[in-house]
Amino acid sequence: MNRCLPLLLFAMLAIAGCQREERDTRPQSALGSGKQPTPVTVLTPGGERPSPSDNKAAAFEANAFHLSQGKRLFNWFNCSGCHANGGGGMGPALMDKKWIYGGAIESIHATIRDGRPNGMPSFRDRVPDDQIWELAAFVRSLSGNVPSSAAPGRDDDMMVHPSENRLPNAATLGKSP
Amino acid sequence: MKQVQQVAVKIWGACQRGYKAMARIDGRTKLGMIGWTLLAGFALVAGAVAQPAEPAIRPPAAAAPLDDGQWTMPAKNYASTRYSELAEITEDNVKTLQVAFTFSTGVNKGQEAAPLVVGDTIYIVTPFPNILYALDLARPGAPMKWKFEPNPEPAAQGVACCDVVNRGAAFSNGRIYFNTLDGHTIAVDAATGKPVWNTHIGNINIGETITMAPLIVKGKVLVGNSGGEMGVRGWIKALDAGDGHVMWTAYSTGPDAEVLIGPDFTPHYDMDKGKDLGVTSWPPDAWKIGGGNVWGWISYDPDLDLIFHGTGNPGPWNPDLRPGDNKWTSGIFARDPDTGNAKWFYQWTPHDLHDYDGINEQVLLDMTWQGKPRKVLVRPERNGYVYLLDRTTGEVLSAVPFGPVNSSKGVDLKTGRLIVNPEKETSTGKVVRNICPTASGLKDWQPSAFSPKTGLLYIPHNNLCMDEEGVEVNYIAGTPYVGMNVRMIAGPGGHRGAFTAWDVAAAKPAWILKENFPVWSGAVVTAGNVVFYGTMEGWFKAVSATTGKLLWQFKTSSGIIGQPITYRGPDGHQYVAILSGVGGWAGAIVSGDLDPRDATAALGFANVMKDLKDVTTPGGTLYVFRLP
Repeated sequence: MNRCLPLLLFAMLAIAGCQREERDTRPQSALGSGKQPTPVTVLTPGGERPSPSDNKAAAFEANAFHLSQGKRLFNWFNCSGCHANGGGGMGPALMDKKWIYGGAIESIHATIRDGRPNGMPSFRDRVPDDQIWELAAFVRSLSGNVPSSAAPGRDDDMMVHPSENRLPNAATLGKSP
Repeated sequence: MKQVQQVAVKIWGACQRGYKAMARIDGRTKLGMIGWTLLAGFALVAGAVAQPAEPAIRPPAAAAPLDDGQWTMPAKNYASTRYSELAEITEDNVKTLQVAFTFSTGVNKGQEAAPLVVGDTIYIVTPFPNILYALDLARPGAPMKWKFEPNPEPAAQGVACCDVVNRGAAFSNGRIYFNTLDGHTIAVDAATGKPVWNTHIGNINIGETITMAPLIVKGKVLVGNSGGEMGVRGWIKALDAGDGHVMWTAYSTGPDAEVLIGPDFTPHYDMDKGKDLGVTSWPPDAWKIGGGNVWGWISYDPDLDLIFHGTGNPGPWNPDLRPGDNKWTSGIFARDPDTGNAKWFYQWTPHDLHDYDGINEQVLLDMTWQGKPRKVLVRPERNGYVYLLDRTTGEVLSAVPFGPVNSSKGVDLKTGRLIVNPEKETSTGKVVRNICPTASGLKDWQPSAFSPKTGLLYIPHNNLCMDEEGVEVNYIAGTPYVGMNVRMIAGPGGHRGAFTAWDVAAAKPAWILKENFPVWSGAVVTAGNVVFYGTMEGWFKAVSATTGKLLWQFKTSSGIIGQPITYRGPDGHQYVAILSGVGGWAGAIVSGDLDPRDATAALGFANVMKDLKDVTTPGGTLYVFRLP
């Protein structure tokens, strides 16, 4: 019995280490939209307001499953047609540090959902809301803005840039400020 | 020295023709090797001694009337020679060329347009938002006469494949005609700048835009759409120049009735004969989203009363999704301008594998080919060949590569078919490396110029190769429909561009200038034997039309991808004009601020243009030059 105890403890520790990331494979709403509009500017006349946040943000942003789903959807919905694999083309680059309409996941979600006036189409009611969150999370991974432990690894396609979990944060490019 | 070189060129040309004649004789009479050599030797001697007068290669007079010093359409004339008879600026004095005036368009996107000069006014149309300016050449500094702002829909920028360019306007009968990115064709009174009519013919919600310069033929404004990367079905329309109503529409895919193929249609090759090939050479319904857009150049032969226009690439780029020849994409149509009815068709690239649009300029020439006078059109094509076609029938007389080509192994002159290199065939999930030329072609839209004085066609072009991988793609209306990962690299030699003077009679280059970046600007050649073109670094260059020697250059404020023109000003002197402002597909990395760490940015073009951001910035300025 005494001899079994350390083994049991070790097994318990090992099993605890295998705690899997939660994967919400059945989104709540098939279609639908986020709750509130997200401002695309930091100017707020009359004094600063608390920045809007959505409780979905955290659930999607650091979640490897959602990030890798976002990567697949990025091709399926032809995001890659305009933004290439992050470098841009018809649409702006997504892997650099510049954000035209805000770089928070809520802003990116709003950009995909509502579109933007200079060419970004609106995917509202075309793409399920949770998939828009997955896309928004993946877009942030292109500029190194998600935990590298959760970002997608290399794929089997032609090498176009280092895999998302190896891309440096675009703002610092890996250098300390 | 110049004369010696000209003579040398002539002798070489004569020899080439001699050799070709020998080859024909050889084929027919089965002469032995010794006989062939003797004959060839005789031809050499005869060529050197007799120096027979070079048989003139000229555009048909009806398509290229005497030069009046104006520039009323981007290609200069219906024959599309981009040749000016003005000769005040010469090889000897061009070195003193200086700036006469400049003008900021206020739009820092790719400036691909040719300015127009009518009377004492110069007209320029900008990239999106497609502002039309009229500047008064009769007054010092060319102040603005008027501007016309069509206010196109900003969302159109999101469906323009390769920067938000516009390739110019056209003048006819007191009006300026031009297209806007969001699919309008507009007629503006040339004197007042007031709009006369505005016809909406393109739908951005299916990804349709218009970037081409219209051509006005017999009171009709000919316009085609863009959108080959968005699964847009290509068409060309004729609009009444008077009131703008659509007179006919000819699609590039689909049933014969919609392609305007009827009893008059007599293609030269068997591969183009059959009923409804625009349907049957596609998987079911794929022709509806199959591309073949008419976004390039149109020429017109008044004698034959035919217009000639190319058709763009089939969509999507991934060829697995469209087995078949994909008629009538990546080819050229001859049509009756009154009815739109097709007379003949030739397909440069059947079942295109690499985005080889067939929309380049066709220069109409009359020349002696293998001893017979022929009405031809010369076409430096995206797939890498300079084609010589009989423009009455569509028969290919010759097709010779003008740079490195490995995606095909030549053109079978019996069947007219491009001989595809199976090693460079693309497919889903397969990475094929080092395909030359690239999706942007050995030469893209950038128009060449032909001088009847030298018999040379001056071709601005690329020297690029690429890796490709077909990927899955879904058709979603209004979004890209490409399905190909592309990564471009510099071609053999490491220089990414070249400016080639092509001897049309001999079907070989006379000289080649290497350029660091793709030469994405057009060219113009003058009777003063000077050729002008621009580089993506921003140099505007004048070179000798006979030798290619650099005679003069001027550094403009941004990279040049526009079309140079030359005109006689109200003061009687010759001027040269060019729009500077980098962009287009090649310059999208700068005008669109793309990130080249992604090799596939700008459909793979950014990978080979990584250093462009270090040498130029966006711009949009008209430069006009004159002698002191």
